[in-house]
Amino acid sequence: MQLATSLVRVEKMRLRHALLGLFSVALLGSAGFVYFAEQPELPVSTVPNTSSFDGALIARGAELAMIGNCNVCHTNSDGLPYAGGRPLQTPFGIIHATNITPDRETGIGAWSEAAFMRAMRQGVRRDGAHLYPAFPYDHFTKVAPSDLRAIYAFLMTREPVRAHTPPNTVPFPFSMRPLIAAWKFFFFEPGEHKADPVLSAELNRGAYLVEGLAHCGACHTPRNILGAERNDRYLGGGEAEDWHAPALNVASSAPVPWTVDQLFTYLRTGFVAPHGVAAGPMQPVVDNLGMVPEQDVRAVAAYIGAIVGPPTAGRQDKVPQAQSQSDSRALSGQDAIASADGAVIYAGACVICHEATGQRFSVRGIHLASSKVVTMPDARNLAHVILEGIAPPRASPAATMPGFANALTDAQVAALMSYVRRTFSNRPPWSGLEDKIREARRSSKGS
Amino acid sequence: MLTLSVNGRSHQVEADGATPLLYVLRNDLGLNGAKFGCGLGQCGACTVLMDDKPVLSCITPITVAEGRRITTLEGLGTLDNPGPVQRAFIAEQAAQCGFCIPGMIMRAEALLRRNPQPSDKEIRGHMSPNLCRCGTHMRILAAVRRAARAIRSAAAESARSQEARR
Repeated sequence: MQLATSLVRVEKMRLRHALLGLFSVALLGSAGFVYFAEQPELPVSTVPNTSSFDGALIARGAELAMIGNCNVCHTNSDGLPYAGGRPLQTPFGIIHATNITPDRETGIGAWSEAAFMRAMRQGVRRDGAHLYPAFPYDHFTKVAPSDLRAIYAFLMTREPVRAHTPPNTVPFPFSMRPLIAAWKFFFFEPGEHKADPVLSAELNRGAYLVEGLAHCGACHTPRNILGAERNDRYLGGGEAEDWHAPALNVASSAPVPWTVDQLFTYLRTGFVAPHGVAAGPMQPVVDNLGMVPEQDVRAVAAYIGAIVGPPTAGRQDKVPQAQSQSDSRALSGQDAIASADGAVIYAGACVICHEATGQRFSVRGIHLASSKVVTMPDARNLAHVILEGIAPPRASPAATMPGFANALTDAQVAALMSYVRRTFSNRPPWSGLEDKIREARRSSKGS
Repeated sequence: MLTLSVNGRSHQVEADGATPLLYVLRNDLGLNGAKFGCGLGQCGACTVLMDDKPVLSCITPITVAEGRRITTLEGLGTLDNPGPVQRAFIAEQAAQCGFCIPGMIMRAEALLRRNPQPSDKEIRGHMSPNLCRCGTHMRILAAVRRAARAIRSAAAESARSQEARR
């Protein structure tokens, strides 16, 4: 039965992909070829004299590369930094991040500065092929040339690593790179970021980093059916590696409104009370932001703070409201049994850390009424956190949250999640909970 | 009343469903192999197996343990006849103060039941939730490697004797 439904789902997905494909070929193909499908190959560069790069430029490039999170995608789980090979799951197939060490054959050692700049600003490979927008050049195009030069200097002075990037498994028609030209025609706006004279220097700096190099929207903005960020819902909540990337705009579901100071501490250290600890795909981001100039992180926090809006009194009221409303909704039948199970599991597994009072020592588990994953519209993040736990981010003094994948069955996780959602938020119950949990279990690394 | 299956034996337990499994093992069933370290799921001294997988018994409520196969240190062997992982830990003298060792043995047992030929990287990754404050990690790792060898050669031995009998 389960197999049958999943087969139906696969068939539906195939059909949707096929329709999507036909649509893409017909509409985008024609437009794309007319537009700038052809890009010239740039000549192989001479071996760069690495001592020609200024030390300060390289150091600046290192910080910028961390703000850009280059290492996150361009390093495989077992691989050397920047040597690529990490598979990125996209709705259009698996795309492997490339080797960006200066190896001449397998990396970007033969790329001139001009070729590097073109890739970052226009999404075109040295040989003239279009790059998939999984490489977020829709953001990198906004970066100032001086910053790009610093990143180039940093990358070209890394140790070359010989590592072939595995071929992408992108099915037809998306395997046809000229189609990307059509995608660009519709969805890509090249051009450097322009400061807004109305905004403060700090907010402009934040906007420059968030919209450009830091490419926050790549995860936190929802994408349309062709994988382009929806500008009408800028930072309105998106996807990252089977996690929900929460909304950072007015749609934020955080039960306690974020302040700029909290955003700064969270981004800098990966932990801030009462919101909690960075988890999942956000962890490598905060690890990087712990090592870049402090004023850049402050600028990012200020800008995100401006987008999410001031923590008004009305928004602050959410928490007590959530706590008082929790018992007012009556449950019946199966739901009541599941919720009772959830309450017992919560009492035995969670309370010791999450409602710690007068303990020998504190592990600083946050109260779940202020947890951002409990109020999220998407259940996956809480499922991931319960199953996998959270290892503390590098710069954070927070304790480890152990995972419960071995201790709890899917039904038990579902009971616990229903209970937590009902007790600590004023949001409606999640639907399709067990499917989400199964998915999260499948995509997690296991323990 | 809850029924727990521990080391192949069924036990009736009179306790609240939220009670940590560790308390029931130690206080009700007299199985003191699993240790109370932190009580917060941070150290791994309380590790036991549930359906062959390692769990932290100090934060596992007994309600979720019902109907699952629980294995504690006592289920691996006896003083006179220790199991292969226990033998390996003794042979390598992996214990210093020894408080973490039951948890270490149980976590190693879980790995070797699943994969008797783990790489060093897999051993380190798998064992990482369990802490040892004396710092005998190198001997613990040696013990896990030794146990893996012993389990593999025992398996090869039994395969050979089966072959000979045919």
